Amino acid sequence: MLRILKYVIRDILNNKIVIAYALLLAVLSWSMFSLEDSSSKGVLSLLNIILLNVPLVSVIFSTIYIYNSGEFIELLLSQPIKRSKIWSSFYLGLCISLIVAFLIGAGIPILVYSPDSTGLMMIVVGVLITAIFVSLAFFSAVFTRDKAKGIGFAIMLWLFFALLFDGLVLFLLFQFADYPIEKAMVGITALSPIDLSRIMVLLHLDVSAMLGYTGAIFKEFFGTLTGMIVTFSLLGLWVLLPFWFSLWRFKKMDL
Amino acid sequence: MKYFVALTLVAFSVLSHAKTLQVGKNFPYKTIKEALAASENSDTLIINPGLYREGNIVIEKAVSIIGVNLPIIDGEHKYEVISVKSSNVLVKGLKVINSGIATLEDPCGIKVYQSENVTIRENVLIDNFFAIYLMSSINCTVEQNYVSASATEEQAIGNGIHCWKSKDLKIINNFIKGHRDGIYFEFVTHSVIWRNISKRNLRYGLHFMFSNDDSYIGNVFEENGAGVAVMYTKHVKMFNNVFRENWGDAAYGLLLKEISDSQIQNNKFTNNTTGILIEGSSRIQMSQSELKSNGWGIKISASCEDINLTQNNFLSNTFDIATNGSLVLNNFDGNYWDKYEGYDLNRDNVGDVPYHPLSLFSVIVERMPSAMLLFRSFMITLLDKSEKILPSLTPENFIDNKPFMKPLAI
Repeated sequence: MLRILKYVIRDILNNKIVIAYALLLAVLSWSMFSLEDSSSKGVLSLLNIILLNVPLVSVIFSTIYIYNSGEFIELLLSQPIKRSKIWSSFYLGLCISLIVAFLIGAGIPILVYSPDSTGLMMIVVGVLITAIFVSLAFFSAVFTRDKAKGIGFAIMLWLFFALLFDGLVLFLLFQFADYPIEKAMVGITALSPIDLSRIMVLLHLDVSAMLGYTGAIFKEFFGTLTGMIVTFSLLGLWVLLPFWFSLWRFKKMDL
Repeated sequence: MKYFVALTLVAFSVLSHAKTLQVGKNFPYKTIKEALAASENSDTLIINPGLYREGNIVIEKAVSIIGVNLPIIDGEHKYEVISVKSSNVLVKGLKVINSGIATLEDPCGIKVYQSENVTIRENVLIDNFFAIYLMSSINCTVEQNYVSASATEEQAIGNGIHCWKSKDLKIINNFIKGHRDGIYFEFVTHSVIWRNISKRNLRYGLHFMFSNDDSYIGNVFEENGAGVAVMYTKHVKMFNNVFRENWGDAAYGLLLKEISDSQIQNNKFTNNTTGILIEGSSRIQMSQSELKSNGWGIKISASCEDINLTQNNFLSNTFDIATNGSLVLNNFDGNYWDKYEGYDLNRDNVGDVPYHPLSLFSVIVERMPSAMLLFRSFMITLLDKSEKILPSLTPENFIDNKPFMKPLAI
């Protein structure tokens, strides 16, 4: 398993896209922090960029990579290796390289400019988001052998979580404006990893006072230790569930 | 002429009767009460350094009480420390500490009852329930006092400088921290609050009600629980004040409720959750002010009319303006907005395209506060951009027709 992992990581590094991704993140983060006059504002601007770019790159790069490695996977399958080992090594390889790229690109500037709980939260959130969207990429790649369909589905997933979901939330808010939906809203928002991450970071910033009543509910729940545990287990579920599903499919798949 | 000479002679003889009484351990009078009993109008009591525990000291004669090197007058958490019940009294240079705590009687560090021309100057007031309290008084001065308390609950503490039903007061250059309200005015007219610093008070830095024709100038209100509240008042003038760091769920730099015919000029609002909240007010002239780095710059309710907002700078606020309706009876022409993206072809420093300071998201949030959950979401940014191009939800006449291209020098 370790050997396959090594192959995968070396292959990804050879590909140089991950290095470009790290560079892009580095340029964005350093410039964000030096443009804004306070580090908390820098964190705020960076938050938007991270929550938009990191999932996009993770999901699309991973999907394409899996499709491109189709032949390699088939070759490995002819060897006496368990399918689950192959699939997990691919997952870990992609995750590790993208996470390292994120840590080098965005993690270092965040630690330099904002070495507090907010910064730490940002980094943890970035790492988790990467893992989640790689997992979602595996989920979409295992569905079909048609490359275009698979990549299309991956992009749709990204669009859904980055854009459409918020639209849906807004729609629900308008529809049920007459009801006390604050608590329900908090529950619904927790269904999207991007929204959950965004609010978790916001709650660590001064701006949390602007979130008002709903923000207070959020803070009351997610600000406590149990809340933190719940949040991270929710995000953890987002990592595990799609991957498990893809693994289950992959094991039974007729290649 | 004869009369004049006679008058001056009489005056002179009266003046020459004024004595100076020394109070202290090694002085003729051991206690302040003793000296007060021996004194007459226009005498001077010099309080020498030491600790005085005399319960409630009542001043019923027009005397000057002057402390040397801040003698400590201790209320032992039981008594009202100094009660002034005569006009023309001066209280200066005392350190008044530990008044009693009672919500019915409101014991104070220094309380003035129905008097005129009382001056309270250069005192230090530590851990009193109410520090300085002026009740039904006229033409009094409270100057250069240092007032501090360290309460954690609103119920357990009174106000720093509390003025009730008075007029012609001068509150100058005091420093107040840690009380419930820093400065409290109720039914106080024709007064001035000048150059005070009110900081870290539990509720308001300045709390101001039913107090017409007052001015507050050059004060600093910082890190107060809920900022400054000005309510139910006419003819207020607010110049050169600074409202800073009033940050919290229900904190405002300045809350204007039912204010009319007032002027707000040259003030600075920085880092407040809401810079200014205006409700039910009319005929207010606001200019030359700077609103910077606030969550909301100004929240103005649709119940306001004739608010004239001009020549102000709006810099890096999350929302410059929010309102709760579509009715606009106010004027927003001629401000600088850092989010303005228009152009200026004829180079007269006035943008050629009108500016809509209301963002779509601020309108949505005002209708549905829980939409704030989507704050900083990418979708909201997109919606805001499209709304700027084709306004649909935001009121059309909420507009600055002459936005400035560059920040105004303030």
